[in-house]
Amino acid sequence: MVTDNKLILLDHISKSFGGQLVLDDLDLYIRENEFITLLGPSGCGKTTTLRILGGFETPDQGKVFFDGKDITHLPPNKRPLNTVFQKYALFTHMTIAENIAFGMKIKNKPKSYIDDKIKYALKLVNLDGFENRMPDSLSGGQQQRIAIARAIVNEPKVLLLDEPLGALDLKLRQDMQYELIRLKNELGITFLYVTHDQEEALTMSDTIVVMNQGYIQQIGTPEKIYNEPENAFVADFIGDSNIISATMIDDYLVEILGAKFKSTDAGFGKNKPVDVVIRPEDVELVAPEEGTIQGVVTHVIFKGVHYEMEVMANDHEWLVQSTSMFPVGTNVGIKVDPFNIQTMHKPESEDEEAIGVEE
Amino acid sequence: MKNKKSLLSSPYLIWSAGFIIIPLCMIFFYGFTDKDLHFTWANIASIAEPENIKALMISILLSVIATAICVILAYPLALILAGSRFKNSSFLIFVFILPMWMNFLLRTLAWQTLLEKNGVINMILSFLHLPTLNIINTPAAIVLGMVYNFLPFMILPVYNALSKIDPNVINAARDLGANSLQTFMYVTFPLSIPGLISGITMVSVPALTTFVISDMLGGGKILLIGNVIEQEFKQANNWHVGSGLSIVLMLFILLAMGLTAKFDKEGGSYF
Repeated sequence: MVTDNKLILLDHISKSFGGQLVLDDLDLYIRENEFITLLGPSGCGKTTTLRILGGFETPDQGKVFFDGKDITHLPPNKRPLNTVFQKYALFTHMTIAENIAFGMKIKNKPKSYIDDKIKYALKLVNLDGFENRMPDSLSGGQQQRIAIARAIVNEPKVLLLDEPLGALDLKLRQDMQYELIRLKNELGITFLYVTHDQEEALTMSDTIVVMNQGYIQQIGTPEKIYNEPENAFVADFIGDSNIISATMIDDYLVEILGAKFKSTDAGFGKNKPVDVVIRPEDVELVAPEEGTIQGVVTHVIFKGVHYEMEVMANDHEWLVQSTSMFPVGTNVGIKVDPFNIQTMHKPESEDEEAIGVEE
Repeated sequence: MKNKKSLLSSPYLIWSAGFIIIPLCMIFFYGFTDKDLHFTWANIASIAEPENIKALMISILLSVIATAICVILAYPLALILAGSRFKNSSFLIFVFILPMWMNFLLRTLAWQTLLEKNGVINMILSFLHLPTLNIINTPAAIVLGMVYNFLPFMILPVYNALSKIDPNVINAARDLGANSLQTFMYVTFPLSIPGLISGITMVSVPALTTFVISDMLGGGKILLIGNVIEQEFKQANNWHVGSGLSIVLMLFILLAMGLTAKFDKEGGSYF
């Protein structure tokens, strides 16, 4: 279980490469036994954050604390954490057993201890009997499991995972997500996971840190991030959403595209311009006279679990997901439960804007 | 489809038949016959003559020294260039192999002029009132010529092998607790061995067989096995002994390459 003990503290970290600011005054803490995910598009600074933690980069400014100790300038081999790299980074000139033994041999552990650990680790990642194979003879998924085994035999307090499933196909990726959750629970250690895949982040994490352009956009549980995005960027990056310019007329009342909707949000002031986020599955299609606003269905796609439809209403294209289908051309009404309208401040800077949002 | 593809290789097949296989057969034919074209081991056995065995030993010794110097010069350089974040490291490599664009004979001739008793280097040294160098016509001059001419053949394969190593593999070793030295010993160096072996082969084989460098920088005083073979063909006009000695030399090279390949395969355990 996640404890309140802050195991890692990133304190005002800044880093730039060749004049390009990658991390800008980043503050973050990681609690013991937490599965924390850094999520963001490429170039958001998530991998740089991981590399600073692993010791492969030194921040230009700021400090890294581990268990209260300043480790900012400690080389990677002296840090009590291990990394699982993108594309595995196995030692291709060694057998699987030698790969897994590497860290323990460096630390001069006795042979019997090492042999036991290799057996244990291979069992843990479901690859018993692979000791004498060479890395090249393994599939991508198997190599990734070996990379994990090689890291965890050193009993790190924190495991850093840099997009470890990025090179795997969809089905394998989903299986590995369950594997990783199981591993984390069995080992009882902290996982710091870096990914650009929002589904991976939502599935596995205790805490998600959404990043963009070197800034943290929002930190929270997967539910919180999904249901209550703090700005347009987060709303857009996590799942599909309708992000619409609106006016907060008063507490609990918001005007969206000229129609008044009840809301559960308050405290924005009167007649304040805001953005609202409505998830496509929260848009209800009803008979025209029952809806708050009226529109026409313009596109229908069958997606398996549901139908995805586009409805043109009050000059805005609404994305709707529903299990019942309305054919193209149907006049429909749109209704939204007040609880499902998430109100956000207008973006204060470029990094808080949704990617390609239509104003 | 398969026939069409094999048709594409026919120019090379004709080439190699004409210029590799037939000459090789001729060398074997001459090597195992006497002047009356009767079979004999005598040409092969002539390697045992004192001057010939001495020439072979000096050749092996100088070739080993030159190869070792090339490794010592090229490996650290390749390591730095491959590990550097310079975008222009391939340009630097280009600079190092630039001498290769000049004719081999010209380069060696240039060294002759530089190293002569009254050559450029000694003129500068005596102008500065420093002791002069007397290495022309010594084994040292031959080794210098070998290193200068063959160094690029060491740099390129070693650099290629080193720059192909995924930086994250190095990071992984560090991450697992290895310090810089251990990372080099257990990861970087073993992964570069194939490049090193092709570098060693590409330097030591021409160094072992050269007769031009020893001719020009050794002043004809130091006979390498290459010079002996050349003399048999050109001065003694004895193609039989020349071919016999060539076969012996070939066997030596094959043996050396076989041993390195074996070492490469067996170097599987790194602790």
